[in-house]
Amino acid sequence: MTPETIDQIFVLSKGWLLGYVLAALQPIGSAILSVVPVLVVFPLLFAITTVLERKGLGRIQNRYGPNRVGPYGIWQPIADGIKSLTKEDIVPRTADQVVHFLAPLLLVLAAFLAYAVLPIGKNMVITNLNAGLLFFFAVGSMVELAVFMAGWSSRSKYSLLGAMRAVAQMISYEVPLVLASIVVIMASGSLSTVDIVNMQATYTGIWPHWFLFTPWGFAGFILFMVAATAESNRAPFDLPEAESELVAGYHTEYSSMKFAMFYMAEYANMITVACVATLLFFGGASSPFGHLIPAFGGPIVQAILPVLWFVFKVFCFLFLYIWVRATLPRFRYDQLMGFGWKFLLPLAMLNIIATSLVLAFRG
Amino acid sequence: MQLALFLIFGVLCVAGALIFLFQRHPINSALSLVAVMMSLAVIYWTLGAEFLAAAQVIVYSGAIMVLFVFVVMLLNAGEETRTHGSSMAYVAGIPGVAGILALLTYIFLHEREALGAAQLGGHLDGATSNIAELSRVLFTELLLPFEVTSILILVAILGAVVLARKEQ
Repeated sequence: MTPETIDQIFVLSKGWLLGYVLAALQPIGSAILSVVPVLVVFPLLFAITTVLERKGLGRIQNRYGPNRVGPYGIWQPIADGIKSLTKEDIVPRTADQVVHFLAPLLLVLAAFLAYAVLPIGKNMVITNLNAGLLFFFAVGSMVELAVFMAGWSSRSKYSLLGAMRAVAQMISYEVPLVLASIVVIMASGSLSTVDIVNMQATYTGIWPHWFLFTPWGFAGFILFMVAATAESNRAPFDLPEAESELVAGYHTEYSSMKFAMFYMAEYANMITVACVATLLFFGGASSPFGHLIPAFGGPIVQAILPVLWFVFKVFCFLFLYIWVRATLPRFRYDQLMGFGWKFLLPLAMLNIIATSLVLAFRG
Repeated sequence: MQLALFLIFGVLCVAGALIFLFQRHPINSALSLVAVMMSLAVIYWTLGAEFLAAAQVIVYSGAIMVLFVFVVMLLNAGEETRTHGSSMAYVAGIPGVAGILALLTYIFLHEREALGAAQLGGHLDGATSNIAELSRVLFTELLLPFEVTSILILVAILGAVVLARKEQ
């Protein structure tokens, strides 16, 4: 095997498996073989993230966190899952039954749809869309609707207040989020996530050509991360949930597996945003060292290495989220809106103007 | 594959539109309109218009529907009561709508050559992306309408600010 084929081992094995499927069923077989691993891997990441968050928060707050289920509490997500599945599902009598039922489904659907355009390695993406990045933002606007449906259909004032806050916040911060990533689109000249990653996978000496290392890319990255934290309703922008004032915001009236689905969607969104930040600014699955270190460990290690790099970068972002949550207090509502519209938005626009000037003069 | 998707989302679209008409609560109507918009987006997608599909979801089901929902909630619209209205609506309205639909369908099907067909990005091969083509047209041939539309939106924003401003 040549080095080129080695890192394609997952893609090649998919092609090999497809060879055993009837020709008429191959499109469907290919779709299933692409989607099922994503549906297995990302919930697993979700489970790991919940433990990491609870242990991390615990350590930062000078306590142990979960430590009873399994060694160091690593089986905690399984225990949580069984607990959620076996609890009684309570629906308020006055709730709008249909919308109340559909909201968590739509939310999880939207959270997982975004993974369709995230390349986790070379040729390892479910669909390479021309409008890949736009697809990600479109799916993000579905999340808003699902949150609103949940809050409104519950017929509870805490749910409704939480949903109103969530929708207003997500709309306000979607604008700087999109504007911050426009810089990357301008520099790479493409909306396709695969093209954006390929643009960054080259090196000058030891420096990879990640957009993070350009001035506009760095500014865009900071803006993107702040807006993305608000977009995924994480602390210090977690006003929609605000357990100390609104009980739990838009999912107050949800119990059992439906509550678990909200929880899962929140973490799935967080992971998606971490993935997108990795793709846009940190070169996706490309190694930060380039060809500085020689190929080691045989073909299997070289095949898995890009995926490991991707997962490592994503986990760095997830740890950043946990760290921020443990250290910063929550914003006040007017501060949140003021920060979004009066600070992030003008800065993002300024960044776009500066980038277009630089790109225009460099030809 | 394409036919199956079209059938599923076409039916979903029509069903959403019917629910929209027969719902009595304004917010439920708005939500079923979202279902219509989303199914339309999927149909655009199967026709190869990826950008249009994404823009449809972002603009219509994202921004505009959320705006609808906010307006409905702020105006405190409750559940509508069903009135029987005038019997004229039943006698003339339903046959009238059916007649207009039949006439339009007949014209579109019969005069297909005279009306001409639109190409929805189908003539582009994989090498030219739909988005690049769209932006080229938008910034060359259609620049004036594009800029006029943005001024129109700006005027609307100014109008909203004037209306919302508190009296000094």
